[in-house]
Amino acid sequence: MKKKILWRSILIVATLLLAFVMFLPNTTLFDYMPDWWKNSMPNKGINLGLDLQGGLHLVFEVEGDKAVELTVEKIASALKDTLAQKNIKANISTNGSMLLASPATPDIRKAVEENSPSLIYAETSGTNYVFKLTDKETNRIKHSAVDQAIEKIRNRIDKFGVAEPTIQRQGTNDIVVQLPGIKDYRSAVENIGRTALLEFKLVDDESPVASQLPASIPPGDEDRILQEFQSKIPQDDEILFEKVIDRDTGKVVSKRPILLKKKALMTGNVVEKAKVNIDTRYNEPYVSLTFNAAGAKLFEDITAANVKKRLAIILDNTVYSAPVIQERISGGNAQITGNFSMEEAKTLAVVIGEGALPAPLKMVQNVTVGPSLGKDSIDAGIKAGIIGSILVILFMAVYYKFAGVIADLALGLNIILLLGALAGLRATLTLPGIAGIILAIGMAVDSNVLMFERMRDELRSGKTPRAAVDAGYDKALLTIVDSHITTLITAAVLFQFGTGPIKGFAVTLSLGVMINLFTALIGTKTVFDFINSRKEVKTLSI
Amino acid sequence: MLELIKNTKIDFLGRRNYAFLFSGILVAIGLLAIIQIARGEANLGIDFMGGTSVLLKFEKPVNLSQVRSSLDKGGLKNFELQDFPYIDEVLVKVKRTDLPMGEAASRVTSAISASFPDNKFLVEGTTEIGPTVGSKLRRDAIIAITLAIIGILIYIAWRFQFSFGIGATVATFHDVLAVLGVFYLLGREINLIVVTALLTLAGYSLTDTVVVFDRIRENIKFLTKEPLDKVMNKSINEVLSRTIVTSATVLLVTLALFFFGGEVIHDFALAMLLGVIVGTYSSVFVASPIVYLWKRNKPLKKV
Repeated sequence: MKKKILWRSILIVATLLLAFVMFLPNTTLFDYMPDWWKNSMPNKGINLGLDLQGGLHLVFEVEGDKAVELTVEKIASALKDTLAQKNIKANISTNGSMLLASPATPDIRKAVEENSPSLIYAETSGTNYVFKLTDKETNRIKHSAVDQAIEKIRNRIDKFGVAEPTIQRQGTNDIVVQLPGIKDYRSAVENIGRTALLEFKLVDDESPVASQLPASIPPGDEDRILQEFQSKIPQDDEILFEKVIDRDTGKVVSKRPILLKKKALMTGNVVEKAKVNIDTRYNEPYVSLTFNAAGAKLFEDITAANVKKRLAIILDNTVYSAPVIQERISGGNAQITGNFSMEEAKTLAVVIGEGALPAPLKMVQNVTVGPSLGKDSIDAGIKAGIIGSILVILFMAVYYKFAGVIADLALGLNIILLLGALAGLRATLTLPGIAGIILAIGMAVDSNVLMFERMRDELRSGKTPRAAVDAGYDKALLTIVDSHITTLITAAVLFQFGTGPIKGFAVTLSLGVMINLFTALIGTKTVFDFINSRKEVKTLSI
Repeated sequence: MLELIKNTKIDFLGRRNYAFLFSGILVAIGLLAIIQIARGEANLGIDFMGGTSVLLKFEKPVNLSQVRSSLDKGGLKNFELQDFPYIDEVLVKVKRTDLPMGEAASRVTSAISASFPDNKFLVEGTTEIGPTVGSKLRRDAIIAITLAIIGILIYIAWRFQFSFGIGATVATFHDVLAVLGVFYLLGREINLIVVTALLTLAGYSLTDTVVVFDRIRENIKFLTKEPLDKVMNKSINEVLSRTIVTSATVLLVTLALFFFGGEVIHDFALAMLLGVIVGTYSSVFVASPIVYLWKRNKPLKKV
């Protein structure tokens, strides 16, 4: 008996020490520890959730369909070239994720299928054969679009210099981005998820429509213009807009519609480097681009073939500038100007330098918690927690006297172990997580109440203190295990199937419940066994 | 021994018809709340229906009706205001908006900065949730809760008997519905924090029910000759002292949260407060009577 008590005591003290070491980094005491301790012992502690420390929580949906459409467009353009080389006369076009080929003859079908193995014949529509990507290929493109987007976003955020970001996939096509404590929310929100597709297209000044377009329109009028001219513009053209920015206020004062050839002569994937330079004339920042070797060659050819025409530089379907090509440009450099602030130019350089996302992202959730709101929540929560705990501790000590004090000690043991476990697992503590802790602590108190009430019952029925303690403990234990396991089942299911806040609740609750069982089975039991192991127990303070 | 109550002999099961009537009303209101939530008529938080909320902290006290009129002027519709006068904070919620993501929040701030030029404010936090996310969160929450309840049913049915599993599940449902119903009647917003509170109180209520059931099972072994309602009444009376002490301690913590926990936890504490009361009531007046009705004409020895 004595040996058992000794072993259990050692186990309790060891767990307590372990928990303390784990939780130490969350206390100011950690700063006073020697260096060898800081380096070799656990030094991370509990992670605070964004709701508690402030920060940005964004959820983006990757528009996988767009990635599929882009792939089909690429295949179509490659197919056109191949067929032209082989002197096969065919009309290839795309419509969303469908590739259309005409005339509908067996030769064309064969030619398409041979040259683009990922396409399969879907149906014949009028004079067109309709081809689609296989389901497997479609899924692969969508899946890899998310992977690539995550990779790009991670690189961008690293360049922005945010500490400890979390970027992960959620479900099939959502990306969750968490940025703790970031200050400039607006610019972060705008730039993390932007597609950053850089394109070079020719301005179509030859079409009669070009001169009919208004020189400038008020912002917000874009849709009207597009509708008005939709049927008039040539088939291979499109209208995009250039922002006209007031140099002093930095605000968009009007938009300038520009008629462009749809085909992009060059895209941002040839950009090797993008950095910010200052234009000495106006003292204005601009983004200077350096192309890779292939890009430099391509740019030289394009400029040589289109002297005196205008070349538009387009980022995410907005025209930034459309200068006239004066002569062939060699050397592989270009610049994007547009009345930027320094900050804007810097983020543009980052997103262009890292390259475009494989598909546009749609922001579906944006939660911003200011650092003071988070701090207020913690402060209020801690204050309420301390007041609540003091009330419970006093109540137990008054109502159950000495036994109540044992229960209070068990409660303290519980809390320290729980904090240690959370720190050891590097769990993230959120507000719902605190709710889980409160429920677990409530259950810990309840376990003790159950034991004590049982012991009182046994005392009333005339048992000796020693027998009452043993019988009371044994009988209460069954109930305690039952109620804890039921709660554990709930918590496990919530953990498995819940998202976000519900998951945070489930983590602390399940940990709390397991620790409760430990303290009830090992901790409290040891104390009572110790009391009983002494020679004579005449009265029981309960 | 300091005792709040002792040797009670209350006939709990005898009062089951009153209890069923009372509980029936509570559950009916709760079901009404569920129907209204499903129809989108209840006061759902933006986390479940999509929308934007902006928390503003002003330098000086503000007049809420002025905030309202400035937002009206700024062209915002379907917004709600919540005032925290002592800390000069105002929470603006824009629901059912067709503005694109990000647009509503910037309209709120620009409308207010235009109307209050001499009262600077800080954006303490913003939440923007797209409508698809809202319905996804709603669906996830419902799936998680349903599976948790099935899990409980199976465990209790295995540890006790099927009838006990049903009793515990019904009582847990009863509590969640009752608190949801009260929230609906009070017009309080039902958001993710409230759902977390409902889960917490479900856990609490379940523990309470298991404690009562455990004692019933134990007493049935000794008192094989007694009728079931006598055994149940005796068991409930025996654990009554524990029930009250535990409820009192949880109540102490919840009251502390309610009064000192800050604005974010306030609704959580309210739901818990109601939940503790209903949860205690239900394990006595709902769970046990259901088992009684199920088992009263059957032999007892197999419990």
